[in-house]
Amino acid sequence: MVEVIAEPTGATRERHDWPHLVQAEQVHGSIYTDPRIFEEELLHIWQRSWVYIGHVSEIPNPHDFVMKSIGPDPVLMTRDKDGQIHLLHNRCPHRGNQVSEKPRGNSRTLTCNYHGWTFSIDGSLRGYPFPSGYQDDKRKELGLGKIARMGIYRGFVFGSMAEDGPSLEEHLGGAKEAIDTLCRNSPEGEVEITAGFLQHKVFANWKFVMENETDGYHPGFVHASIFEVADSKIGSLYADTSSAVTRYFGNGHSEVDLRPEFRKRDEPLSWFGTSVEKLPDYVSRMNAAYGPEQARKIMIDGTPHTMIFPNLFIAEIQMFVIQPLSVGETVQHVTALQFKGAPDFNRRLRQQTMGSVGPAGFLLADDAEMYERSHRGVQEKSPEWVYLGRGRHRERVDDNGFLIGHVTDDLCSRGMWQHYRSLMEAA
Amino acid sequence: MMGASDQQMMNDLADVVRHHGICQFLYREARLQDEHRFEEWEALWTDDGLYWVPANGEDTDPERQMSIIYDNRSRIGLRIKQFFTGKRYSQMPASRLRRVIGNVEVLSDSPDGTRVSANMLLYESHRRGQIMWAARNEYLLREVDGQWRMAFKKVSLVNNDAAMTTMAFLI
Repeated sequence: MVEVIAEPTGATRERHDWPHLVQAEQVHGSIYTDPRIFEEELLHIWQRSWVYIGHVSEIPNPHDFVMKSIGPDPVLMTRDKDGQIHLLHNRCPHRGNQVSEKPRGNSRTLTCNYHGWTFSIDGSLRGYPFPSGYQDDKRKELGLGKIARMGIYRGFVFGSMAEDGPSLEEHLGGAKEAIDTLCRNSPEGEVEITAGFLQHKVFANWKFVMENETDGYHPGFVHASIFEVADSKIGSLYADTSSAVTRYFGNGHSEVDLRPEFRKRDEPLSWFGTSVEKLPDYVSRMNAAYGPEQARKIMIDGTPHTMIFPNLFIAEIQMFVIQPLSVGETVQHVTALQFKGAPDFNRRLRQQTMGSVGPAGFLLADDAEMYERSHRGVQEKSPEWVYLGRGRHRERVDDNGFLIGHVTDDLCSRGMWQHYRSLMEAA
Repeated sequence: MMGASDQQMMNDLADVVRHHGICQFLYREARLQDEHRFEEWEALWTDDGLYWVPANGEDTDPERQMSIIYDNRSRIGLRIKQFFTGKRYSQMPASRLRRVIGNVEVLSDSPDGTRVSANMLLYESHRRGQIMWAARNEYLLREVDGQWRMAFKKVSLVNNDAAMTTMAFLI
């Protein structure tokens, strides 16, 4: 339902009836396909909320830069000579030309090819040709635009285009622990993003992608083909009889917590479908770093399966970054997670990730097919709603006060939608 | 008696016949992919086959960097088996495909096999739309019992540094 409101200027804007569109157990299909809603999401979510940009290990050296994004907009992530990270708009303050055309590189300066304006890697204007053409020095006044706020948590760089709002740590809340857990799987306590990204484009709204990341109902069906032929134990984690849980952290963040199943198995590295014998170097480094008892616990629990709203999915062995391009077009950027000080583990992470994800992946090709079918499906007129009631009767609260449900329940989606509604209503 | 020029002509003719045989093999490989004849396609591989579709350029190190496909022989087999489960939904219904192989060049011969390159242009029709794919293909071919076999195939898609739609068919 859309109400058209007359503004004093004579312009009109639309006000969506959010309590109607987003209800406790259902959301309206148009929320995925209405281009006007997408435009509002850009303003109220992507250009306001904290959005994951990139990882510090992608630009390890002074003067490194890499092209990232916030929604459809490019963002330059750079490291200056002192090691500080900067998030910049790729737009020349002179005539608006895009300054860098390279996906990554190392350079002391960035030069706009249109009129030769030159910027330091921190975005400040260093100089421009024929300065006598300006009455006063423009270098203090003009430069590349900066993303209003930047926050870094354990190497994960987030940006917010809003001047004020909750801090990154407040935003991450309970999901911070997922990043900590992830880092603990490195004998040096650090994740590295060094294997390069695949970019998988789907003709579907970004929210289908986001919701699917912690949907524990689909794997047994959508991925039955690969579980069957690879003789995988993954399917049982998502069975009706599984003791794994879904968890909602608040602020849109959620996870599938498979640890109850892994703890039952009580075998280190079983979460990764392998054993301590197969990765002796990694195991000995973990033992040295944490002591055998703690290392064993870490290697039984494995890595998290956590969706950090709105665009970072830590998917056990890989990481996805969701980028909406338009209401019906989304790119998933995906790479293998790499753990500092774990070469033998990292090699297997890359191998397994390459098999699973991307346009030809054993898993993701089929997920992508489902996003696209959903996007086409919700455009049909009846029923108008997407039903998210699974497991509402069995939601409960865990020891930390977070809502949890069965692994196959719609709990994560319900949480995302309530957060989504609060952001859109705040508009 | 055969003169030197006759010998040259015989050698040239042998090259042409061999080139023809290699082209016939590549065309057949292409047709088996287009028609989703998975088992026949799999039979074209040697036991040590390596199937590589790089991302982000043509000269990345597949042992260090992400590729779209980097299948050893056993993973090629898994890829084929997945189609036969009847649950590989990204190919249900299958993409309709036709591709053209051209610019076939025999690059070199070595004890390991014959290196060949070609250009590939593929038209895909799928529920999501009509999509063109273009690539430079490189092959390492070996003669096994008088038949050409693939020991290596590398498909360098022209747009492999950009976002790509699902391609669960055989590329």
